[in-house]
Amino acid sequence: MLSYAIRRLLGAIPTLLVIITLAFFMMRIAPGGPFDGERRLPPEIEANIMAAYDLDRPLYQQYFLYLGRLVQGDLGPSFRTRDFTVNEIIASGLPVSVRLGLSAITVALLLGTTLGVFAALRQNRPSDYSVMTLAMVGITIPSFVTAPLLTLLFGVYGISLFGFEISLPVGGWNGGALRNMILPVTVLALPQIAIIARLTRGSMVEVLRSNYVRTARAKGLSSFRVVTRHALRAGLLPIVSYLGYGIAALATGSLVVEQIFGLPGIGRYFVQGALNRDYTLVLGVVIVYAALIISLNLVADLLYRVLDPRVSFE
Amino acid sequence: MMTPVFPQERAEIMQAAQAIKGRSLWVDARRRLFRNKAAVVSMIVLGIIALMAIFAPFLSPYEFDEIDYGLVQRAPSWWPGDDVLGYAGGAHWFGMDSVGRDLFVRTLYGARVSLAVGLVATCVSLMIGVLYGATAGFLGGRIDNLMMRFVDILYSLPFIFFVIILMVIFEQNFILLFVAIGAVEWLTMARIVRGQTLSVKQKEFVEAARAGGVGNWGIISRHIIPNVVGPVIVYVTLLIPQVILAESFLSFLGLGIREPMTSWGVLISEGANALETAPWLLLFPAGFMAVTLFCFNFIGDGLRDALDPKDR
Repeated sequence: MLSYAIRRLLGAIPTLLVIITLAFFMMRIAPGGPFDGERRLPPEIEANIMAAYDLDRPLYQQYFLYLGRLVQGDLGPSFRTRDFTVNEIIASGLPVSVRLGLSAITVALLLGTTLGVFAALRQNRPSDYSVMTLAMVGITIPSFVTAPLLTLLFGVYGISLFGFEISLPVGGWNGGALRNMILPVTVLALPQIAIIARLTRGSMVEVLRSNYVRTARAKGLSSFRVVTRHALRAGLLPIVSYLGYGIAALATGSLVVEQIFGLPGIGRYFVQGALNRDYTLVLGVVIVYAALIISLNLVADLLYRVLDPRVSFE
Repeated sequence: MMTPVFPQERAEIMQAAQAIKGRSLWVDARRRLFRNKAAVVSMIVLGIIALMAIFAPFLSPYEFDEIDYGLVQRAPSWWPGDDVLGYAGGAHWFGMDSVGRDLFVRTLYGARVSLAVGLVATCVSLMIGVLYGATAGFLGGRIDNLMMRFVDILYSLPFIFFVIILMVIFEQNFILLFVAIGAVEWLTMARIVRGQTLSVKQKEFVEAARAGGVGNWGIISRHIIPNVVGPVIVYVTLLIPQVILAESFLSFLGLGIREPMTSWGVLISEGANALETAPWLLLFPAGFMAVTLFCFNFIGDGLRDALDPKDR
C-alpha cells in the first residue's frame, strides 16, 4: 500500500507539470498584460516595471525562472495586489477555502448517505420518491441560484421559525464565525448532498438485493444490523470513488460561493486575478487547487482500496 | 445433438421467424418511456420552452436590447399602462431589468443562448467522447490502457480553471465557449462508451452471433451499437443540463456571454445584484432555467428506465 501511494504521488508530478505548463502559457497568450491601465506609462517607467517582474525576458526564460522559484516554494510577487507575494495571498485565503470545503463535504457525506440509505430501504414508496425528487432539485438548481435565494430568505426578509427571528449574515467571513459559515456551507453542500444521496440509493438498492444480504437476513440478523454492518460496507463504495470528483466539483462551486458571499478564499482571488491578468496569482491558485485535488483524489483512491478487498494495489 | 441446417431449410426458418412480428428494443423502450408521466410532461414543457425561445422575437413587442429609462426595475405588469407612477407603458410580463429592458423577451433570448450552448457543446463532447471511447474499447489491450490513463490524468485537472483562463484569453468569444465546454465534458462520455463497448464485446449474444456466422460488421451494427447507444443517449440528456449549467456558471462570473446579448447565467447574475429591490429579476430567469434543467433530468431518468429496465 505504501509503495502504491508513493508510486501514485510520483505519478502526480508529471500531471502537475502539465497543469503548470498549460496554465503558464495560456495566460501569456492572452492579449493584454497586468500593467495595461487607462493611462499610458512613460516608456522608461514601463521598461523598469517589466524588468522588475522579469517580463522583459523571452517567454521560455520566464517559464524556467518561474519553475525554478516554484521548486523552492516561491510563487512570486502578485502583479496586481502590490506589496503582496502570491504566497502571502494564498496563505491568507487557503484556510478559508479549505475550511469551507471540508465543512461542506462533511455535511454532504453525513446527510447524503443517510438520505440515500433511507430512500433505498423504502424503494418505490412515496418517501423514496419524495427524497429522490428533492435530490433532483438539489442537483438541478445551481449554487449561484440557491445562494441569492437563501440570501433573500435569511438575510433580506428574515424568516421566523418557531417564534425565533432567524437572520444570518449574507456576506463576510468574520474570522470564520459559525453564523457566517452557515449560508456558504449550505449552498456549497446542497448539490453534493443530492448527488451523494442518489448514488447511495442506487448502490444500496443493488446491494440490498444481493445474495449475501439475503443470507444475513436469513440468519435472523436484525434489519438494522444487516444494513449497517453488511450492506453499507459495499453500498458506500461508489461514494468513496465519487469523492475525488466531488472534491473537484466543490472547488468549482467555491469559486461562485466565495464570490457571492464575499469570502476571502483563494477562489475569489482566482477569478479576480484572471480578469486582471495577474499571471502569478492565477498560476499560484491553479497549482494549489490542482495539488489539493490530486492529493485528495489519492486519499479517496487509497480509501477505496482499503475498503474493497477485491481491488488490489497493483 | 445438433442437426445441420441446410440453406433452404434455414430460409424457411427465417421466413417463419419474420412472420412473427417481434417488438424491437426501441419500440419497447419508447412504450416504457411514454408510460413515464414525469418524462412525458418534461418533454412537453421542454418543447414549449424551446418553441418560445425559437419564436422569441414574435412573442413580445419589445426588442431584447430596447431600453426604456423611465421603467428601470419596474415590477411585472400584466396590462398596458397600469403603472403606479402614472408612467404610460406597455405590459411587461416579467418586469423590467436594472437598465430598463423588458425581462420577458430577455429571458427568452437567454433561453436561446443557453439551449444553443447546451446542444452544440454536447454535440462536441459526444463526437469526441464516442470516437475516443469506442476506439479504446474496440482496440483493447495496451492502447486501451494508454488512452484511458490519459483520460484519468485529464480527469484530475481542475478544468473549470482552464475554461476560465481560455475565456479570458479569447475575450469571451461565443464559438469558443461552445468548444471549450464541449472539450471539457467529453471525458465521462469516453469512459461510458469504452466501458460499454468492452463489456458488450464479450457478451454471450455476441459470441452466439459470431458462432452463428454473423460477420464483424453485422456484430458491430446489430449487436454492439444498439447496446452502446442506450447509455449514450441517457448520458447526453443528462449532459445537456450540465453544459447549460457550465455556461451559466461562466456567465455568472462575468466570463461568458457579453452584453447586450444575454443568457440565463447573465440574467441570474444581474438579478442577484438587484435582489433587494427587484427580486423578480432573479426569480424569472432562475425559474426558467431550473424548469429546463429539471425537464432534461427527468427525461434522462425516464430514458434510462426505459432502455435499461433492470435498474429500476
